[in-house]
Amino acid sequence: MKIKEKAKVLDAEQIDKSLVRIAHEILENNKDVEDLAIVGIRTRGAILAQRLAAKIGSIKGSLVPVGALDITLYRDDLTTVAEQPVVHKTEIDFDIHESVIVLVDDVLYTGRTIRCALDALIDFGRPKSIQLAVLVDRGHRELPIRADYAGKNIPTSQKETVQVKIKESDGVDEVVVAEKED
Amino acid sequence: MDVILKNGRVVDPANSMDTEADILVKAGKIAQVGKGLKVQDARQVDCKGKVVLPGLIDSHTHFRQPGREDEEDFVTGSRAALKGGFTSVLCMANTNPVVDNKGVVEYICSEAAKAGLINIYTVAAVTKGLEGKELTETAQISAAGAKALSDDGKPVINPEILRRAMEYAKMFNLPVISHCEDPFLSRNGVMNEGLLSTRMGLKGIPRAAETVMVARDIEIARLSGARLHIAHVSTKESVEAVRQAKKRKIAVTCETCPHYFVLTEEAVSEYNTNAKVNPPLRTQEDVEAIKKGLSDGTIDIISTDHAPHSAEEKDVEFDFAATGMIGLEFAASLSYMELVKKNVLDWKGFAEKLSINPSRLLSLKNKGSLSEGADADITVFDPSGTRKVEISSIESKSKNTPLLGRELAGTAAIVIVGGKIKYENGKFC
Amino acid sequence: MAVAWKRKDLLDLESLSAEEIELILETTGSFKEISQRPIKKVPTLRGQTVVLFFFEPSTRTRTSFELAAKRMSADIVNIQTSASSLTKGETLKDTARNIEAMKVNIIIMRHSCSGAPHMLAGSVSPSIINAGDGSHEHPTQGLLDIFTIKEHKKKIEGLNVSIIGDIAHSRVARSNIWGLTKLGAKVTVCGPATLMPPEVEKLGVKVTYDIKEAIEGADVINMLRIQLERQGQNLFPSIRDYSMAFGLDAGKMKMAKKDVLIMHPGPVNRGVEITPEVADGPYSVILEQVTNGIAVRMAVLYLLSGVKERVE
Repeated sequence: MKIKEKAKVLDAEQIDKSLVRIAHEILENNKDVEDLAIVGIRTRGAILAQRLAAKIGSIKGSLVPVGALDITLYRDDLTTVAEQPVVHKTEIDFDIHESVIVLVDDVLYTGRTIRCALDALIDFGRPKSIQLAVLVDRGHRELPIRADYAGKNIPTSQKETVQVKIKESDGVDEVVVAEKED
Repeated sequence: MDVILKNGRVVDPANSMDTEADILVKAGKIAQVGKGLKVQDARQVDCKGKVVLPGLIDSHTHFRQPGREDEEDFVTGSRAALKGGFTSVLCMANTNPVVDNKGVVEYICSEAAKAGLINIYTVAAVTKGLEGKELTETAQISAAGAKALSDDGKPVINPEILRRAMEYAKMFNLPVISHCEDPFLSRNGVMNEGLLSTRMGLKGIPRAAETVMVARDIEIARLSGARLHIAHVSTKESVEAVRQAKKRKIAVTCETCPHYFVLTEEAVSEYNTNAKVNPPLRTQEDVEAIKKGLSDGTIDIISTDHAPHSAEEKDVEFDFAATGMIGLEFAASLSYMELVKKNVLDWKGFAEKLSINPSRLLSLKNKGSLSEGADADITVFDPSGTRKVEISSIESKSKNTPLLGRELAGTAAIVIVGGKIKYENGKFC
Repeated sequence: MAVAWKRKDLLDLESLSAEEIELILETTGSFKEISQRPIKKVPTLRGQTVVLFFFEPSTRTRTSFELAAKRMSADIVNIQTSASSLTKGETLKDTARNIEAMKVNIIIMRHSCSGAPHMLAGSVSPSIINAGDGSHEHPTQGLLDIFTIKEHKKKIEGLNVSIIGDIAHSRVARSNIWGLTKLGAKVTVCGPATLMPPEVEKLGVKVTYDIKEAIEGADVINMLRIQLERQGQNLFPSIRDYSMAFGLDAGKMKMAKKDVLIMHPGPVNRGVEITPEVADGPYSVILEQVTNGIAVRMAVLYLLSGVKERVE
């Protein structure tokens, strides 16, 4: 199966602007919150979380704790995938109890990844609330989950894929819509 | 009806014969050997392209009767022998009860006659119950028909007892067949000692466990003047010890088994219990030394050490698995493939190791040759025959062989025992 | 990571490639954190059944595997028996086929006979994890030792690792030798000649009977447990004689490098192969080995549980 790129929907500058906007929205929504922390879902969500935390930190003038969550062990499809996915480290070295967590991922699609992440987070303690920030929401939810903050809504068909590329892992910042060719 | 074997390559070392000829079998005896024999009223069997040999004799077999008839008995063992081209076998004494008195010897002789397929001979134990303590009643045993003495499966640990046994056996011209293993050096060992045993974490049996006993028994043979036959030689050093003993004119002969020149210890890797045998499979260096010993005459006999074991005894942890493998059905093929085809032995040598030499060891009358007047025990071997070793086609009651899946070249086409065709082209008659 | 895990069983380290060992070590790194969480449990093996099939008494290894499986939400069954109790007509294979018929996913097996797990692996469909077989291998112990070394030294390649004690009967030694040499460490084995397996140098290790040579220059010293019952087998003259020649004490530690790691697979015979002051001293990572053991076993359970191809 080949993948053909159809359209670039966000470039580096647009991604950065989206993150700045989301940073402001987060602060707006959590004005009186003392214990705000950002947790990104590996791999790309964790990188975006770092960037978001830096932006929030610079607006606020204080450091925001940031962690990375690997949801592999919580996946509901381990018995069906061909071979075991690589498990990466989960790094949350702050107490999440009673804090407000903003969970960050690159693309929101079926919602299953977020379901895993919620389960995983709760194993670390009982946060006051969990909010969800994504760079792209492409629709087609299979679970009752929605984003509190979205960089861009991109209506897609099931045949299409949304590829978020991040400089740290892919060498470039951009979001493209591609199509699977049979 | 009489039988005439036409145009086969007749190999008979006793008469220094290796030529195309016909053989006439009449009244259980070999009546005539020669070219272009014309006989009426005899069944004509075309043996063109086949090798006609004196019936093969296995000097080392375990038929498990009495005691473990679930693993083998005289009938199934005989069928396995016939399929492998053997017309005579010598059974070891480690049955239950042990063949250590006249009564058991007589039982075996009569039961073997009832099976009526091949000639079955028996050894008797050197010591009662194979316990290495008390001599068996050799005069009576000899009179009852035992052909040799052996505690095979175990060594006679006490050298003084071995000395006395050999001195006594000498009076009856019985050879003593020695299982050479120092039980202290081999204790708890389950395979050859070396790099592979280290890798597998299994207790090894050092080569010296065999060789020290070979050396000891040779000295006792010299001391007693009796005939010593060393069973299942597996190491390079044992071959050398026998070679030197023969140079010193000591009355020693020895045998090896096909697994010691076909397989190495590698066969036990993956913990294959079917390759667990005692003495253990050794190394390529030993294989080469054994082949050399066969070609230079140091090793006199190829025997099978046919050792049937039930699946329950083999399908267990390697440490707990029984030792031994079946061999009667494959020995001739393996000897042909590894020795004749590879120019280690010629056909004459093949017939010596598998027929005349065992006959001489056991002082069998009228066996091991195709002389006119000899017993008509004849093996017609087809070098172009093939066989794949599969559980379904094994005649033996037990299927314990590491050769499963192997392709064998050369098969017994016709086997005649006492003048009667008992096996022909895959069928028992 | 280049390789994916394809094996149904973990039987030994001898047959693994360096890449496969690295994969397990990397995966172990990710699992270590789970045991530090307030809720030490992930749902990964929910609904999977793990049987601990122990034919030899064991407290540490069994507990470690049990905790590993429990922290991954597997259901656990413990079967403790002895090889001799099976000889009542039922073979090991019969027992294993019975367990298989109960639809279990993973069998963790310890047995006093070398090769017993290999035998089962070829005949039953659940994954088999060798938790120590005879004198053969103890792969998860080897892996946890290597993981512990790597945590401290950041690499394995080029390290000098000495293994001291009863090499001949040690499955820990064999797994360490295979794993460490595959990853490029220089391994020295040291012990009395009577407890040295034949031709061990052909495994690519240096052999010495002089403990001084094994201590000097070593980055890691792994002290093996000496089985006290070997004394009666004339494998060494007496415990005292053994300790004097091959035991590790404060005096001999003076020859060691300043950043040496002292390891021991446990349980320790204090005062025999190692003195308490060394076992509990600043260089000792013996308790870290225990902690890491759980993470290694979780990683192995995770990797094996994903294998879809089974024997019929």
